[in-house]
Amino acid sequence: MEQAAERIPITDTPFTIAGRTLRSRLVLGTGGFPRLETLAEAIRATRAELVTIALRRIDPQARGSLVDVLDGCGVELLPNTAGCYTARDAVLTAKLAREAFGTDWVKLEVIGDERTLLPDAPELLVAAEELVDDGFTVLPYTNDDPILARRLEDVGCAAVMPLGSPIGSGMGIRNPYNLQLIIERASVPVILDAGVGTASDAALAMELGCDGVLCASAIARAQDPVAMAHAIRAAVEAGRLARCAGRIPRRRYAEASTPDAGLADLTPPVE
Amino acid sequence: MIFVNGAPTQGHDGATVADLLAVLGVDRDARGVAVAVDGEVIPRREWPDRTVPGGARVEALTAMQGG
Repeated sequence: MEQAAERIPITDTPFTIAGRTLRSRLVLGTGGFPRLETLAEAIRATRAELVTIALRRIDPQARGSLVDVLDGCGVELLPNTAGCYTARDAVLTAKLAREAFGTDWVKLEVIGDERTLLPDAPELLVAAEELVDDGFTVLPYTNDDPILARRLEDVGCAAVMPLGSPIGSGMGIRNPYNLQLIIERASVPVILDAGVGTASDAALAMELGCDGVLCASAIARAQDPVAMAHAIRAAVEAGRLARCAGRIPRRRYAEASTPDAGLADLTPPVE
Repeated sequence: MIFVNGAPTQGHDGATVADLLAVLGVDRDARGVAVAVDGEVIPRREWPDRTVPGGARVEALTAMQGG
């Protein structure tokens, strides 16, 4: 399916987070891939430059090094704080990740409960502020709440990453209206994080004006993860192109695409 | 007794962070490893000299797949 790069005559702004310009607007989450080889293939298919990782206890029995595989793919690491339920734990996890991976970028997650994995807004805000003050580049996973997104931006987050629907649910974008409110107001990049189930969800996020999409389960848990990686990359690109191209407004009634002018007079003669 | 990743470990007196990592089979130059002792991040440069007191909880972490 490799094709020669086609130059598309459209003006787009670069995708820049905290001064770093990324060629790919798709950020890949590494969770859920059954094998490291599949993950590596999916990374190549997505052409992602930034991939998330988590920190967990060392397992002496573990086979294969995730870091080596990711290094081999030439991607940048975005450590997350998944599994943290308090600001304190999230801040400590971010500091451990900085120590482990030598990056001060962090995908900040502070979760409210196990059933929904929805963010805990007050804890998230506290952790974000503390990490920004400590020199981190903070990309928070947030609710699709325009006010919370604004507060996160105000404390110095480098991007905001609202959910479309709960992590791993594949329910798509449940509240496109809120997402648009966030996008309209944000002066940092908005990256849809969580909820993508298939390619059309990613395309919709970009059409609504998101700057990027973070996707994990939809690719990793697809029946064919590598094929889905191609599909979602194409969808992100298509959605972005459509956004830049400018869609037609929705109308209640039809508007003919063929002009009436010059229409033949086919009225039968009056007897 | 020292608890390394939740498991009781018979660390000798004066065991350092680097010693405890060696028990886990982790080289102190290993990439992508971080250590906390009783909730405090221990920078890599301190691993060879930092002794771990009895009863301490050591968390030795590395990269795992995660969204």
